[in-house]
Amino acid sequence: MPEEDKPEVKPAQTDPPAAAKPPAPRPAAKPPAVMAVSPWEGDLPALLRQRFSDQVSECSTYLGQNFVVAAPEAAIPILEFLRFEADFDYLVDITAVDYPQRPERFDLVYVLYSFARNERMRVKTKIADGYKPATATKVHLAANWLEREVFDMFGIEFAGHPDMRRILLPEDWEGYPLRKDKGILDCDNKWIEEHLGIEGGQ
Amino acid sequence: MPDQTFLDSTELVLNMGPQHPSTHGVLRVVLKLDGEKVLGADCVIGYLHRGVEKIGENRTYQQFAPYVDRMDYCAAVSNGLGYCLAVEKLLNVEAPPRAQAVRVVLTELNRIASHLIWLGTHALDIGAITPLFYVMREREEILNIFEKYCGARLTTHAFRIGGLQYETYDGLEEDVKAACEHVLPKIDEYERLLTGNRIWIGRLTNVGVLNAADCKQYGVTGPMLRAAGVKWDLRQAQPYSGYQQYDFEIPTGTHGDTFDRYAVRMEEMRQSVRIIRQAVEKIPEGPIMAKIPKVIKPPVGEAYVSIEAPKGELGYFIVSDGSTQPYRLRVRPPSFVNLQALDQMTRGALVADVVAIIGTLDIVLGEVDR
Repeated sequence: MPEEDKPEVKPAQTDPPAAAKPPAPRPAAKPPAVMAVSPWEGDLPALLRQRFSDQVSECSTYLGQNFVVAAPEAAIPILEFLRFEADFDYLVDITAVDYPQRPERFDLVYVLYSFARNERMRVKTKIADGYKPATATKVHLAANWLEREVFDMFGIEFAGHPDMRRILLPEDWEGYPLRKDKGILDCDNKWIEEHLGIEGGQ
Repeated sequence: MPDQTFLDSTELVLNMGPQHPSTHGVLRVVLKLDGEKVLGADCVIGYLHRGVEKIGENRTYQQFAPYVDRMDYCAAVSNGLGYCLAVEKLLNVEAPPRAQAVRVVLTELNRIASHLIWLGTHALDIGAITPLFYVMREREEILNIFEKYCGARLTTHAFRIGGLQYETYDGLEEDVKAACEHVLPKIDEYERLLTGNRIWIGRLTNVGVLNAADCKQYGVTGPMLRAAGVKWDLRQAQPYSGYQQYDFEIPTGTHGDTFDRYAVRMEEMRQSVRIIRQAVEKIPEGPIMAKIPKVIKPPVGEAYVSIEAPKGELGYFIVSDGSTQPYRLRVRPPSFVNLQALDQMTRGALVADVVAIIGTLDIVLGEVDR
């Protein structure tokens, strides 16, 4: 039954990024640009749907890579469940993707791997700007620096993180460089002038 | 109570780096000390931050390829392989067999070169100066092959999305075989210098222990994970670029201490020679480029592809919006994630051990900071 209504849910969710493209001249060639996913079948997605019912909105696979889309507040319980009950004991990476035109601005992506299953999967959540997702450090210690980097680059603050500081940029730097509204040449000119004694910008 | 001393109020903060020869670049470590004992280490990184991921969003897929060489500059070929595989995954194409075999040969040569640099600098940090000069000699053989193949020695940009740009030069096979012939006995020579050396053993055993459970918790991969006894190598767990055809062992350690990591990396070099010899024997004939369009526009989608780089799992997470430039390009650097375990590894160690532990992590700051 959940598989039944999924295709109807999906286009609605992936619509906003596509909507940013000029809608008028489309009819000639291409269908709207969305990821051509197929449903992820198997025990694990079924289990996840059963455990987290309406909080898991999508279990898909693209190019043979599986991922689930979950509600932001379900991310940590899902990571916990995956780690302790499904052997996904290695948090490979945490990263974010910025879609400024979407109301839930960021995709937060957790990449997981299971040594026992030799399998990879991703857990994705969509969060609004200013939303503070819970930290994953209580489940995986590796999350510490990875979340700091996400904070540094996107300004997503993680609630309950033991050490929420910038990691790559100076601590008093202004702005979050990987947000789409930052151009490649935008830097914190004030900081540069103050600390390096040179004119900021290029 | 047992941890406290009468000098407890004089907890000392010691700054190491960023200009410190044993921090392998511009790593700054702030150590909290009780006498000579380390209570904690806080890494300050980012001195080499160039915004590689942002650059990736502002370049076309082909334009970005040379940038990845500048991350782990000791293993530029591995970086390039990972990136090419990731974009190929998005395009859903595979490099032709000939390109795959050449890729394996060059990547494994690069693994040896990277491990040689690690060996030389690690030994230098600990006080054995001699190996550094020797490893440079062997590395030269390998870099000469890179130079003859693609013109560059360090930041090679050897591969292209879809395969290779250059056909192999006449005599590549002979050069590679000669390099293997040359390197293999030298590894034994290094072992004779170091493995049984009392000072070496004394400085390395039981230093910076990180067991398998901790490795997994911290996401530590590569030789460090294998030294803790986990027989896991992406080349065998999830083979790419035709690694499944080659016969090789995954060396593992037992204690997960600095000596085990040394032993694992030494053995890895031998295994790399083994792979190279198999690969170079049967480089198939055929095209070196897959059929890919001149303008690369992967369909809308995302993929995470990772390879076993010399330092551990190197991953690329690319989101495509169907245009010529990646919408988001994330690099999962092994050095960055492995460095995170430094705090745990140095707790309770001596200041001198910190130098050994930084050496054994085998970090390259270009990759940590990106």
